[in-house]
Amino acid sequence: MLFAAETTEAAAEALKSGWFLDHAWVIPVIPAVAFAIIILFGRRLGKPFAHGAYVGIASMASSFVLSLGAVVQWISRVNSAEGGAEGASALGRTIRAFGQGIIPHAEGGEAARAFVAPVVKTFTWWQSGGEIFKIGSHADGLSLMLIFVVTLISTLVQIYSLEYVRGDRRFTHFFGALTLFSAGMLAMVLAENTIQLLLGWEIMGLCSFMLIGHWWEERANSEAALKAFWTVRVGDVGLLVGITMLFFGSGSFSIEKINEWALTNQKSTQLLFWTCIALLCAVIGKSGQFPLHTWLPDAMAGPTPVSSLLHSSTMVVAGVFLVARLYPVFWVGFHIADGGINPLALIGGITILISGLLALVQVDIKKVLAYSTVGQLGYMIMGLGVGAWTPAVFHIFTHAFFKACLFLGAGSVSHSASHHSFDMKKDMGGLWKKMPITFATFGVSTLALMGVPFLSGFFSKDEIIDNAGHNGYVAFQVIGLIGAFLTTAYMSRTVYLTFFGQARGAAAGEHHDEHAAAHDPHDAHEVEAEPEGHDAHAGVGAHGHDAHAGPHESPWLITVPLAVLAIGAATAGYLNAAPFKIEKFTEWVEPSALGKSFPAVSHAAFEWVKALPSILIVASALVIGFGLSKLVYEKKKFYGLTGRNPIAGGIYAFLWNKYYLDALYGQIVRFVGHPLAKLAYWINQNILDGVINGAGKTSVATGRWVYRWIDQRGVDGIVNGSAATAKGAGGALRGTESGRIQQYASLLFGAAAVAAIALVLYVQAK
Amino acid sequence: MNHLTDQNWLLTAGIFTPLLGAVVMMFIPRAEEQLHKIVALAAALLTLVFGIVTMAKFKYDQADSLQFYVDKTWIPVIKSRYILGMDGLGLPLYVLSMAIVALVIIYSWNHIPAPGNPKAFLALMLLLEVGMNGTFVAQDLILFFVFFEIVLLPMYFMIGVWGGENRQYASLKFFLFTLFGSAFMLLGFLGLFFKTGATTFGIQELAGLVQSMGISKSTQTLIFAGMFLGFAIKVPMFPFHTWLPDAHTQAPTQGSVLLAAILLKLGTFGFIRIGIPILPLGAKAWAPVIAILAVIGIIYGALGCLAQTDMKRLIAFSSVAHMGFVMLGISTLTSFGLNAAMFGMVAHGLITGMLFFVAGSVKERYHTLEIKRLSGMLKQMPHLGWIMGFCAMASLGLPGLAGFWGEFPAILSSYNPAPGLSVTLFRTCMVIAAIGTVLAAGYLLWLYQRTAFGEPTAEFAGGGDDHGHGTDGHGAADDHASDIHDVNLTEWIAWAPLLAAIVVFGVYPQFMFKLFDPAVSFALKGVAAIGG
Repeated sequence: MLFAAETTEAAAEALKSGWFLDHAWVIPVIPAVAFAIIILFGRRLGKPFAHGAYVGIASMASSFVLSLGAVVQWISRVNSAEGGAEGASALGRTIRAFGQGIIPHAEGGEAARAFVAPVVKTFTWWQSGGEIFKIGSHADGLSLMLIFVVTLISTLVQIYSLEYVRGDRRFTHFFGALTLFSAGMLAMVLAENTIQLLLGWEIMGLCSFMLIGHWWEERANSEAALKAFWTVRVGDVGLLVGITMLFFGSGSFSIEKINEWALTNQKSTQLLFWTCIALLCAVIGKSGQFPLHTWLPDAMAGPTPVSSLLHSSTMVVAGVFLVARLYPVFWVGFHIADGGINPLALIGGITILISGLLALVQVDIKKVLAYSTVGQLGYMIMGLGVGAWTPAVFHIFTHAFFKACLFLGAGSVSHSASHHSFDMKKDMGGLWKKMPITFATFGVSTLALMGVPFLSGFFSKDEIIDNAGHNGYVAFQVIGLIGAFLTTAYMSRTVYLTFFGQARGAAAGEHHDEHAAAHDPHDAHEVEAEPEGHDAHAGVGAHGHDAHAGPHESPWLITVPLAVLAIGAATAGYLNAAPFKIEKFTEWVEPSALGKSFPAVSHAAFEWVKALPSILIVASALVIGFGLSKLVYEKKKFYGLTGRNPIAGGIYAFLWNKYYLDALYGQIVRFVGHPLAKLAYWINQNILDGVINGAGKTSVATGRWVYRWIDQRGVDGIVNGSAATAKGAGGALRGTESGRIQQYASLLFGAAAVAAIALVLYVQAK
Repeated sequence: MNHLTDQNWLLTAGIFTPLLGAVVMMFIPRAEEQLHKIVALAAALLTLVFGIVTMAKFKYDQADSLQFYVDKTWIPVIKSRYILGMDGLGLPLYVLSMAIVALVIIYSWNHIPAPGNPKAFLALMLLLEVGMNGTFVAQDLILFFVFFEIVLLPMYFMIGVWGGENRQYASLKFFLFTLFGSAFMLLGFLGLFFKTGATTFGIQELAGLVQSMGISKSTQTLIFAGMFLGFAIKVPMFPFHTWLPDAHTQAPTQGSVLLAAILLKLGTFGFIRIGIPILPLGAKAWAPVIAILAVIGIIYGALGCLAQTDMKRLIAFSSVAHMGFVMLGISTLTSFGLNAAMFGMVAHGLITGMLFFVAGSVKERYHTLEIKRLSGMLKQMPHLGWIMGFCAMASLGLPGLAGFWGEFPAILSSYNPAPGLSVTLFRTCMVIAAIGTVLAAGYLLWLYQRTAFGEPTAEFAGGGDDHGHGTDGHGAADDHASDIHDVNLTEWIAWAPLLAAIVVFGVYPQFMFKLFDPAVSFALKGVAAIGG
């Protein structure tokens, strides 16, 4: 085993690389530079550059091209290691054959694959204690897959935003922040070390803050921004501590070294366990897991493209990525191979259930999708917790397409049909005829999200559920199935309310009062003419082109991104379609255990019998969900049940109030945080300062006494130091400030004199 | 060390050029206000040129040894000598001090606080620079002490004459509190001198003597106590910090900036330059105390911030928390910790200096810093609002900006303190300090949300860009709103270098670390020698 591992290292040198892989670090640098250009000169660039927006789009598109190049080169690198491609050396082939000969086949009869070393490029970044620390790029299957997804979706979302935020008063800033976000995400995904990971991680937090609070004139928006940043920051304490523990445990910030150390150094599993707990805190904060998921639905206060890019498909998977990236640490620390239960799987499982229930009672379409995101992130975390690394990572991939599409679809509805409202009950319904493209793309993505067979979600989600059982996590397999039921139920309700039934409110052509629209809590951006007069028809405080036109299909800037994403949602699954024995994704992305930096995960073999329950569950939930929606919302059966039946009402209230977690956190801040701050400040003013001021009074009294009784009686020169000085200073300032200054002077000089003498005597005596 | 003594006039020139400027200003009549500004700026810029030359001539591969070394007779009767030398520890702070003074003078071009008199104001500032620059290069304890004390007087007058309503209380409190500590520090120096029987007050000689004579731990602890008081009050560490919020709140903007950016660093610098190299055993005995006070400072300072209703006082309290991180780094007595502390000092100087600039400009425009009266600054002054947001983010330790490199490495270092220090204690401190970063995010974002976001309050609405009057904002008839305008030219010139530095050092911290790292290892030689 050892021998084989050594020889694969030799083989790694013979692997193919290429310009795109070697220069992967350029990918995040481009948007970072673009951000600077947009922020500093964006508005001055004027109309030819769409006030900076084109700079952002161009940077994302070029990053996308580069990442495409890197992905292609990575695949040929993998192929060169597999031996089939021409690039593989004879030596590499021999070694591979030799390695396969002596490595026992893993469970399920899969052959051990050759290890494909990541392409790592580093530059000096900082040093301490004589050690040099680096920054750079670490290109492997996982990072390149995410690079591809992030650049693709960022490009599409920015194009979509051209239309969606047209005429917004902070149009330029919006594109600046989106571009910076992409730079942060790309830097994190490509991170060579944990500090760089932290860098990208926090930059995304910043952008999230900027974009959620984009319309900060509204108090609710700025509060949501604050909440998002702060909640994530609470989790980040764990990241700081975790990185520190990993550094002193492994002696390095390098992700490769940390992973190798975690797998080889079995002695310190206790340390690893606590490290994992610390890192898990960060994951919970960033990826919206229970109990810190509360910020994510509030984050929907941001413009819809932001929700689509940051708060569903990319940024929030940072936590999942962290676990996937440092998987050996979690593998050993949480004993994932042992089955049963572990914190990672548990958090993921709980999150799936609680978010599914919450999504059922939302009336805001974006909140449904937000809770759905929380739940899908739960699947990913649970998948990683149960040892299903590749299915979980694959789920990141597929989820990105359909969730981005769903959010953009919701945005399209609000943009062109419901007059900036996201309220499904009040302002939507019956839209499928009015906006066929939006409906079709939304529909495909919904089915993909539900896990309907042969769409992308089916291939990834079912693999997670299947592998949970396969790896001895039966309880979590059941949770996964329940989650699938809930997902299907709430999504059928959402689709029904939005696209079917009677048109209501704005969707029926009713117009809100122009100004009332501005008070809508969600999409309340008053469109004002920009100083430069950017948008010709946005001058009268309303969206000129659609305000009075009634529901209609969105323009191509919106529908094209939707279509691209919908195609992805339908087909992305075929990279790893277990039923058809396609395993390209696994081959390209999953590192081989031979590299000593990834654990030997096992894979469940696909069987239709095992997939059947989940297919049936989805099918029944689809029928029940759709049927119930029709009954309740159209035929008005059971309508108002929550008002009549106390149990139903109680459950509803419990869910409607989000399990009262928000209230709880609010109370903690209000009844612990504020008084604590007040107390600390009171201590400062009255005790610490009081000691000084109060003791000053005493010493002034002493000074007066000494002056009157000793000094004035002729015993001169004994105590000149303290009281006289105080007198002098006091004389100069008398009348300006009570008597405290003199007190200070005398106290401080007196005390200094006495203590000084004592100190000198003591030192001399020794 | 011949090559290390080349061009050794540079440091002397760097220290005393501002004094020359101040002397010239004495002979110019008070009424020539513009001329005073020009002379002061010329002196500050000339000083900065010397600083830049020093930087250019500095041998970076020998950042651990003293360069431009001067050793001349000064006051033979008390055996104090004029010893100056520059190493990687002093250089960044030395140049920072020069740069900040120059920028503050630029800012003063049209921001002379009431009651005016630029002659005295700027001359005092130049005098202040003499003390600050000198402290960072002095290699003789008495010389160090003299420079250390020189800064008190100008700052006392700056607060006392040009300060806010409660200025006299604040200035005297600042002066006496610091002097109180200095008395102990001087005693520590004297005790050291007599105990070792040294022939000079040279820092290197004393460090060597303490080690070769094997001065006992208890004596070292005692002498360190004296120095501790002097430095800790200057930093200021909890519970000696109460002068700071008063001084900062009352000081004019320029005074606050100088206080935050440079003066506080004199204390932390003293620990690294003098306390630790000379008295390794004493430092080790005090390290746990320092660590505990540091983390109390971090949490306490943050809580203090949350209780504030005044923007400037909030920023002042945040200094207590930030200097807590610096002191936590120092208390670990490891090169990681000291590097973090050094970086933290520079970063805090840049960031908090900027925040005070911003606060000053807000005060100038709104005539108040009361948080609840301010709102929607981003709307009225988009540039100023952005700069404030940028500084808040830098201050809360966002990676990619300078603040991060003082904060995170300090947390990191306290996981593994020097051998012999309690690992449990320091790891507890680490976790508490990490929680402090959450509170920092809390108070800074909360401040930002309340002042920058939202709509301008009714009393100030109508100024600024809100009504489309352009950036001069003189369109509104309303008294309150008439001063509200976005960042003006002198502000841009004064601020741009600081903002750029925050980004540059944040993105590529190696500029600093490569200076600090060898010098810090040198300073820790004594600690390393005593082992566990």
